[in-house]
Amino acid sequence: MIFLTNLINGLSLGSVYAIIALGYTMVYGISKMLNFAHGDVIMVGAYISFCGTSYLNLPAWVSVILAMIVCTALGVLIEGLAYRPLRGTGSLAVLITAIGVSYFLQNAALLIWGSAPKVFTSVFEKFTSNISLFGGELTITWEALFTLVAAVLVMLGMTFFTGHTKVGKAMRAVSEDNGAAQLMGINVNTTISMTFAIGSALAAIAGVLLCSSYPALMPTTGAMPGIKAFTAAVFGGIGSIPGAMLGGILIGVIEIFGRAYISSELSDAIVFGVLIIVLLVKPTGLLGEKITEKV
Amino acid sequence: MKNKKFTKFFVVVLAFMMAFMMAGCGGGSGESADSGDAEAAGAVLKIGSSGPLTGGASIYGVAVKQGAEIAVAEINEADPDFQIEFKMEDDEADGEKAVNAYNKLKDWGVQVVMGTVTTGSCIAVSAQTYEDRIFELTPSASSADVTAGKDNVFQVCFTDPNQGVKAADYITENFAGQKIGVIYNNSDPYSTGIFNAFKAEAESKGFDIVAAETFPDDTNADFSAQLTSCKSAGAEVVLLPIYYTPASVIMKQAKDMNYAPVFFGVDGMDGILDMEGFDTSLAENVMLMTPFNPWSTDENVSSFVQKYEDAYGEVPNQFAADGYDAIYAIYEACKAAGVSADQANEEICDALIGQFTGGFSYDGLTGSGMTWNDKGEVNKTPVVCVIQDGIYVDK
Amino acid sequence: MKTFGKRKLSPYAKDSAISYGLVTAAFVIVSILNSMGLVSSSLQGQLVPICCYIVMAVSLNLVVGISGELSLGHAGFMSVGAFTGIVISGILETSGLPDVGRLIAAILCGAIMAGVFGFLIGIPVLKLRGDYLAIVTLAFGEIIKNFMNIIYAGKDSTGFHLRTNPDLGLEPTGRMLLNGPMGATQVQRIASFTAGFILVLVTLFIVQNLMNSKQGRAIMACRDNRIAAESIGLNVTKYKLMAFTVSAALAGMGGALFGLNYSTLLPIKFNFNTSVLILVFVVLGGLGNIWGSIIAATILTILPEALRQFADYRMLAYAIVLILVMIATYNPFLRSRVMMLRDKIIPKKDKPDEGRKPRTRRKKSGKEVG
Repeated sequence: MIFLTNLINGLSLGSVYAIIALGYTMVYGISKMLNFAHGDVIMVGAYISFCGTSYLNLPAWVSVILAMIVCTALGVLIEGLAYRPLRGTGSLAVLITAIGVSYFLQNAALLIWGSAPKVFTSVFEKFTSNISLFGGELTITWEALFTLVAAVLVMLGMTFFTGHTKVGKAMRAVSEDNGAAQLMGINVNTTISMTFAIGSALAAIAGVLLCSSYPALMPTTGAMPGIKAFTAAVFGGIGSIPGAMLGGILIGVIEIFGRAYISSELSDAIVFGVLIIVLLVKPTGLLGEKITEKV
Repeated sequence: MKNKKFTKFFVVVLAFMMAFMMAGCGGGSGESADSGDAEAAGAVLKIGSSGPLTGGASIYGVAVKQGAEIAVAEINEADPDFQIEFKMEDDEADGEKAVNAYNKLKDWGVQVVMGTVTTGSCIAVSAQTYEDRIFELTPSASSADVTAGKDNVFQVCFTDPNQGVKAADYITENFAGQKIGVIYNNSDPYSTGIFNAFKAEAESKGFDIVAAETFPDDTNADFSAQLTSCKSAGAEVVLLPIYYTPASVIMKQAKDMNYAPVFFGVDGMDGILDMEGFDTSLAENVMLMTPFNPWSTDENVSSFVQKYEDAYGEVPNQFAADGYDAIYAIYEACKAAGVSADQANEEICDALIGQFTGGFSYDGLTGSGMTWNDKGEVNKTPVVCVIQDGIYVDK
Repeated sequence: MKTFGKRKLSPYAKDSAISYGLVTAAFVIVSILNSMGLVSSSLQGQLVPICCYIVMAVSLNLVVGISGELSLGHAGFMSVGAFTGIVISGILETSGLPDVGRLIAAILCGAIMAGVFGFLIGIPVLKLRGDYLAIVTLAFGEIIKNFMNIIYAGKDSTGFHLRTNPDLGLEPTGRMLLNGPMGATQVQRIASFTAGFILVLVTLFIVQNLMNSKQGRAIMACRDNRIAAESIGLNVTKYKLMAFTVSAALAGMGGALFGLNYSTLLPIKFNFNTSVLILVFVVLGGLGNIWGSIIAATILTILPEALRQFADYRMLAYAIVLILVMIATYNPFLRSRVMMLRDKIIPKKDKPDEGRKPRTRRKKSGKEVG
């Protein structure tokens, strides 16, 4: 029973990582940049949703949509102002700029919403009683269930979107070869903006789900989950949509199992240790594409 | 090669910038303060402080700052003969930044240091104040290392080992024979310090810690695995020697898994009820050791709480009260020692050390009749409260 | 090219000379100003950290700029060096060795320890490429931080004790050197600006000589085209491992000096943010550009202090400055404009740079990412 409880906790944590990692991997796949500010967009999304429900008294779903709209705008704005001027100059310059954006968002949030942590009201508040199995021995929260379902839905939706829609195909073309895509009449700028828009909207959802499960909301809320999700995306093979999902879930489960059965002091070391071993066996992640190098 | 040339050019520009900034820093050594009350008649005692005003720990620094500012405003209004100028710098709870902040305060001409807020940075700064002979009274840095070997450093809060021992004693008396679990932050000196002392005391008192679980420094940490361990080990009392932000997540997750032990917090737990959006019913019957109860009927406390709420729109927590007390303790000790603001910091330091170790007693918000021993530790009675209907009730 | 042969100094040697000269001049000027009492306490307190960050930045440049691998865990080696240095210095405290001797011993041991870690970590890490390599360095950085949190060390008359729990069984006269998450406390601060200056010179000497050596050129060849380098018989892993190990050892030196400059040091100091901070120095100063790293490290260490007047908006201003500087440095359009402006102000001379194009050029992006 304890094993099952831990497994469920692991899945719950893992699906939060997965949904963040999906946004990461999407942006990476198309623009080939590590967007370190993604975790902070998540934080902004959570704050917007919090403000919607607490200050404007909006229903939960409206505040989530509000958060998605704001984050989409924010994502496009960040891309246009900070990343676009550096396109084609190498991933490192953009990486550092992304770090600058991350500092900026954290400190702006600190000034706007203050340093005191806010307790995020779960969007599933209406479902007061949790799912209880085996006479109360095993409980599953609605947050955990919804996050898992949401992660799967997002993954399926993204797979469909990139595989079967015109915009999605354009994204894949841009990701494959920027120049050739442009020659084929694809507007690269619009496509990349679009990617950021979708990635940031996903970040808003991720923020709401993250804070529904772990309700302390602070300007630094997005930082650590962002790094873990980045790890998850690499674990699964960065750029791969099912890989991000798988990576997220596995990182979550390993973290909880490591904490429960090995040592809670070293849980992070265990997660990263497993990551290293996996990458040594499969150097491009679990589901990543093999790279062939030419001279 | 364009790249190369450009980089060179850029480097030259940077070099000029650097020279300019160095000149700025160098020239600014005699810089006077930008604060408004500097031009008040006569000498002004410059009290400096540093704490995390940005970053993950900024709640504590901001609270201390606000509490201290209220005290300074009160003193400046009530005592025209003794004016205080207060300046607080940001140190991001980091030793290196705290030393930088302290040096900045030295350039400003600091005479007494009221700080720093967090333990790690306080140890770093206190080594410097010891060398520079500047009196230091920390509101909230609670490790024993803060004061160890330094005669000029005093604390307003309890030391961590002290709290751990007191918690163990209280649990022995009131929860005899029950199973104890602990969840603490193993990357936080404060949390680990309390836990280590608690564990040592628990062993000597002969009660059993059935589960000691840790978590890393991370605001959104998941505690389900730790709670599952405590639950399956049958812990009836769970000690949480941690700050209130993770504690709020622990209480929510415990409720989600139908686990309802007695949660026992230490002073870091104070503030949990004021978190915006916190469902206070989660904290019902939580016990905590805190020196400060904002719902106390004490006249000084209620006046402070009123002022604080008017000024900042929130209920003050223990850090704010610590900051307030620290300023007043410095002020009263200065008065008692006959210190005047135009004295050199070495003289002020010696005079205040004499006061603090010589039977000086201060009645503050976080305890009445506070006295200090020559190690710099405060002596005051901890109060154990229990949370009922969203307020603290003395136990 | 035609002027190339006439030059007395090779371009490398000239650059090296400029670096040494620049650093020495800065040291002399600051020392003189300091002795005249013109340096504020604020800057004075930052002199040693600046030296440490310069060492960190130059050493990271060896990996990121010269060897062409993105490393996100450089703070881990700094941590190893810092805590080793603190322990060594603590053990030698009662040995009667003068401070200078202890400092040298601490820095050397820090370098050796970090070098060993760099070597051991480098073996698996360098099997990977691009962002996968980056994430593994991040992982090792986090693992080091995590382990530092459970290491307790102390000494007493029976010797040196090292455990993973706080029960060291020390005699009452014994002293805790490392205290888990509480890190090192009561450290004797024996670091000095002069030591920092010498360390910077040593680092420059090592890195620049490495760059100019056969091995250095092999490292850069591996960066510029791994397959081509392999095809002419270079052992890529060996050369990359060499750069990685030397970089780690230098970071350990910087860390040891840093650790001995403060009376306390927490393991959490060396987290991901610190690694990123050092990376920012390197990228801002220019990949492969050693004196760019030096200047960027200096400015970005002073900048947050110089921005204190902005009070609450300080870190916001820092973030904006960082973004703007990155865009101004790397944006192709702005860059060509600035180049034109520069050519107008400073009339063009000959182009002695022509022959050394690959030095600061990193392999075009896109190839190395996964």
